[in-house]
Amino acid sequence: MPEENEDILDQVTSAEYKYGFVTDIESEDAPRGLSEDTVRYISARKNEPEWLLEWRLKAYRHWLTMEEPKWPNVHYPPIDYQDIIYYSAPKQKIAPNSLDEIDPELRKTFEKLGISLNEQKRLSGIAVDAVIDSVSIATTFKEELGELGIIFCSMSEAVHEHPELVRKYLGSVVPPTDNYFTALNSAVFSDGSFCFIPSGVKCPMELSTYFRINAANTGQFERTLIVAEAGSYVSYLEGCTAPMRDENQLHAAVVELITMEKAEIKYSTVQNWYPGDKEGKGGIYNFVTKRGICQGDHSKISWTQVETGSSITWKYPSVILKGDYTNGEFYSVAVTNNYQQADTGTKMIHLGKHSRSRIVSKGISAGKSNNSYRGLVQVSKNASFARNFSQCDSLLLGDKCGAHTFPYIEVKNNTAIVEHEATTSKIGEDQIFYCNQRGIDTETAVALIINGFAKEVMNQLPMEFAVEAQKLLAISLEGSVG
Amino acid sequence: MLHIKNLHANIEEKEILRGINLDIKAGEVHAIMGPNGSGKSTLASVLAGRSNFEVTEGSVEFLGKDLLEMSPEERAREGMFMAFQYPVEIPGVSTTNFIKTAVNETRKHRGLEPLDAVAFLKLMKERMKLVEIDQSLLSRSLNAGFSGGEKKRNEIFQMAMLEPRLAILDETDSGLDIDALRIVANGVNKSRTKDNAFLLVTHYQRLLDYIVPDFVHVLYNGRIVKSGTKELALELEERGYDFIKSEIELAAQD
Repeated sequence: MPEENEDILDQVTSAEYKYGFVTDIESEDAPRGLSEDTVRYISARKNEPEWLLEWRLKAYRHWLTMEEPKWPNVHYPPIDYQDIIYYSAPKQKIAPNSLDEIDPELRKTFEKLGISLNEQKRLSGIAVDAVIDSVSIATTFKEELGELGIIFCSMSEAVHEHPELVRKYLGSVVPPTDNYFTALNSAVFSDGSFCFIPSGVKCPMELSTYFRINAANTGQFERTLIVAEAGSYVSYLEGCTAPMRDENQLHAAVVELITMEKAEIKYSTVQNWYPGDKEGKGGIYNFVTKRGICQGDHSKISWTQVETGSSITWKYPSVILKGDYTNGEFYSVAVTNNYQQADTGTKMIHLGKHSRSRIVSKGISAGKSNNSYRGLVQVSKNASFARNFSQCDSLLLGDKCGAHTFPYIEVKNNTAIVEHEATTSKIGEDQIFYCNQRGIDTETAVALIINGFAKEVMNQLPMEFAVEAQKLLAISLEGSVG
Repeated sequence: MLHIKNLHANIEEKEILRGINLDIKAGEVHAIMGPNGSGKSTLASVLAGRSNFEVTEGSVEFLGKDLLEMSPEERAREGMFMAFQYPVEIPGVSTTNFIKTAVNETRKHRGLEPLDAVAFLKLMKERMKLVEIDQSLLSRSLNAGFSGGEKKRNEIFQMAMLEPRLAILDETDSGLDIDALRIVANGVNKSRTKDNAFLLVTHYQRLLDYIVPDFVHVLYNGRIVKSGTKELALELEERGYDFIKSEIELAAQD
């Protein structure tokens, strides 16, 4: 391709990260490093009951025996787990009893991120739990939701207010020993969101948690737990950003979803952690375990993710299809640019009869990045008439990036139908010229083509976020057409 | 409207255009004909601003501005349109959405407000009739899975939507059956006004039965070697391009 055109491509994919600011707030941190004392410190700070401390310590001891996974197709220097601050809480003068009492600096931070904590100026019917560093700052619409019996609060609060629920479900889908990062998370998790939708209730608004890393040298370890009782429905969205820093920061979260009979959880993620600079310096290591279980018959879990941020992404939102006639979905757009690396996909574990799953993964690679889809479709012996359809498409921008697909299929029941389709394409010079000739400049053309490529997934997002996510896709690739 | 003076252009160091001179005025229809490899499509591409061609000499003025200084999108916004010989497919982007983006980019350039959905739809409905294009086609991904005829009709439909000053039709007749050809030609004829002009690039005379040109030029070996009226096209049809070749060779011997 002529040089001129390549320059345009370069410009288009090198836009600045918009959320890279730091808020100047005083915080109270745990001493750097990790030991049993750190775990006890966190638990004490949160006034936790004895059982939870024990649960954490057990996880910590197990973690000590484990090794970091080496199988993902990502490369990074060894992480020094003693050089991380595991707990950092913004210091507030008093514990806020109402939304009005939140530290104005914190409020401003969220306003800058486009998130309103003010219920009067609410986004169109979205309840927000705002988590900064290790603690939840505010949860909106709690009372309104409470009238329907819906619990939506921070995890710390849930531990105190609803200990029986937390104790019953915490770690029931993702056990602390599941993998290296879940063990670490279980030992040091600080906050996160808890949702409980009672039988037969359709949650009338989107529930949303917004995660923000602010403090330097800290890791963020949150847990989200959503339980949907029989016949209930909830749509949940998480978003995340972090300041621009030269050093890498670790984010190791755990998300657990549980659906009882005929319940449905729709979980959407717009992940925009700081991806590092153009030379690959800094950025978030996003090592996350997300898993849902369709416990009851006819229940459904749907994951939608738009992954544009993070220096490294390692995550596989999965569904265990335990009940009969259950339904699991995974819709993903993963964008990597510059030196970003993503190894992401899903696991669909078919245990129930007539269980169905659908995987649609769209990987977009630009710059010198690497983008891998890794997915497992497993049909167990008893899962008669299970059905899976997988589609993995990759789009390459330029010739210095990589796209990889690692599909694993294990079928132990011969009535199962499993389909897998994969394509790889490049944004062609021809396509761009065609758009140019119609008066559309290259940047707009690329945004148009990419959004077209990702449309099937974007259509799954709640309306309020689809537009934002579309813009985010375009911004993430600014300067990268090839 | 368009003044091409001594235009030379290369692709990968190889000279394809070797001194083209051509003037097109508003209200005119010009046809460029010539055997394969004579440089017809190159001329169209150079005018539209395709970057793999390098202009080495000459000048092109379009509506009083230096065309060669402009990016392809600026040329389009100034009113130059090219109907592609092989329109590309863009999966996932609906034809309607694509055209709406194009129309509004051009409007922005002209200092006009973007068309809202209602106004756009109204304009679309009206122009759809010109090329007998079906609405269901327009809600599909741009050109994806379109037949050859549908793609060409879609090109002419876009032209009707964008209302260019100069439309270059690059072998729009190729691969069309008679019915499709008639529909496409009809669309062009109905779009003709005293203010716009057309440049038809074609290998065969049959398109010119439907769109009657004011001038016909024969391109051979990167130069316009003969110009005339529509009768020239008929003569070419009858005698083939060989008679032009031998005429030129004879001239060279003198």
